[in-house]
Amino acid sequence: MKQKTTTKTTYHIPVGPIHPALKEPVFFEFEIDGERIVDVDVKLGHVHRGIEWASRKRNPVQILYLAERVCGICSYCHPAAFALAVEDVADIEIPERAEYLRVIQGELERICSHTLWAGVAAHEIGFDSVLFLTWQIREKALDLTEYLTGNRVTKAITMIGGVRRDITKDMLPTIQKGLQYLKDNFEKLRHVFLDDKTFKMRSQGCGILTKDDALKLCAVGPTTRASGVKKDVRVDISYFAYGDLDVSHITPDVLTGEVNGDVYDRIIVRLLEVKQSVDLIEQCLDKMPSGDIVAEPKIAKLLNQLKKVNGEGIGRHEAPRGEVIHYVKMDGNDAPFTWKIRAPTYNNILPWIPMLKGEQIADIPIVAASTDPCMSCTNRVGIVKDTKSYELTKEELHRLSVEKTRRLML
Amino acid sequence: MTDGKKLAPEEVVKSFENKFKAKIKDSQIKKRKAGSKKNEAVIIWLKIDKSAFKDVIEHLCKLQFPHLAVVSGNDLGATIELIYHFTLNYGGRMDEISLNISVELPKSKPEIETICDWIPGALVTEREKQEMLGVKIIGIPDDRRLFLPDDIPKGIYPWRRDETGPDKLYKNLHGVKK
Repeated sequence: MKQKTTTKTTYHIPVGPIHPALKEPVFFEFEIDGERIVDVDVKLGHVHRGIEWASRKRNPVQILYLAERVCGICSYCHPAAFALAVEDVADIEIPERAEYLRVIQGELERICSHTLWAGVAAHEIGFDSVLFLTWQIREKALDLTEYLTGNRVTKAITMIGGVRRDITKDMLPTIQKGLQYLKDNFEKLRHVFLDDKTFKMRSQGCGILTKDDALKLCAVGPTTRASGVKKDVRVDISYFAYGDLDVSHITPDVLTGEVNGDVYDRIIVRLLEVKQSVDLIEQCLDKMPSGDIVAEPKIAKLLNQLKKVNGEGIGRHEAPRGEVIHYVKMDGNDAPFTWKIRAPTYNNILPWIPMLKGEQIADIPIVAASTDPCMSCTNRVGIVKDTKSYELTKEELHRLSVEKTRRLML
Repeated sequence: MTDGKKLAPEEVVKSFENKFKAKIKDSQIKKRKAGSKKNEAVIIWLKIDKSAFKDVIEHLCKLQFPHLAVVSGNDLGATIELIYHFTLNYGGRMDEISLNISVELPKSKPEIETICDWIPGALVTEREKQEMLGVKIIGIPDDRRLFLPDDIPKGIYPWRRDETGPDKLYKNLHGVKK
């Protein structure tokens, strides 16, 4: 950690590595002047588990299961990106039906992830009733995931060259019922998040990331799209069945006609993407051709084929939080020579700095949560002022945020 | 973002080859079809000489400001390979190009210039390469460790496959032969 000299007017507060605004551990050190944030420093690595190292002794099919455990929320996108990378190296052609099934899984994961985030965001600013409302709706999406894959979280649906489970005709009515429920409730969510006066007061003009910063700092996903950068792997390249589907970039100006790059805009982008995902799943169910769901059903034969492959490839997929990219190099052995995972939050670390600068302490939870960081969450904040130090517990920091909402409501 | 013109993949490769000639050691354009309509995604792989690295990045940024996804790396024995994964042309429908620029550094002097002056967002990934591969990034604005905890001894680089690799640190790990 860099020790900065503290001047008389500023003091430092550490937030993290464990904190309620962040779902996984990350460490911030804020330089504070009164209530205002002057500078931010971020330290990472608290959950670096050496997964890439663990892959050195595993074959590609075993790695799929490892990739699934990179993240609990993105348990589809990491194995999917890894499979794409291996298919790129080995030139495996994927059956058309499998491409559509992969889109369905990817979009279902996006719905689960975005509604999870929306609930957390509501909680951060003190609307716990909205948290429960959102997660009640999310529960239906999880039920649907369980219906399609057999599991709510770790789905084990991806296989190199396709998917492991098909959608049969008799499953369609249940899926359509689930999607209808999501569509019916979307308007309710939209109204709560986008029309509510207090939501607007807390999120508009807060945590701004300009388009210029988003481009220079290489931000990805809803974070960059909320700043007006049209970047979405699903639209930009042809992979899975996205090339066949009607899909477009979602930026906040679609709804409001302007781009501010604030927390409110990030809420707009995520909510509209939930609607877009439901639409994409419907398009897939409609257009899906019949046929095989995996290129090579015999695992031993597949592994034997992969053992002979030499070369390198990349796999890119638009995860709920942005582009995920995997690089794989194979050198004719059982295990790949290199496997590099790049999750979207990796690129959304630096954009936090311009977002947080100039904001108040009470805004830390919502601004930090607004990029939907995939690392982890804070327990307490220690404040070191002059020679005296005291700590803010997670309850107290949460209380500060709730109090700010109450103040604004008066 | 592509506010300007879109670049064709062949055009990108040609522009580099014309400017840097023999310094571009290898170039390859790979196209992959997907979906029922068999639309293509384009991936370009360029291998460049280390001496031209900074000029190549400058040329790329002037051609079109790219998005840097990540830098990955390989320990190839005598050399360390860094691969810069860029994307160009995003913002349209299926126009995007993945551009992967690979550069090899000799292990005796694994040094490379920073690109943070052109692309400030490269800082996170450059810091990671420094601690994981033991590459020295010349001119990096912040050279602290990023992911590695402070108690990992200096001179150990987890992605290396030689004596500076992490093997010494394996302790009581199930299934790992010493």
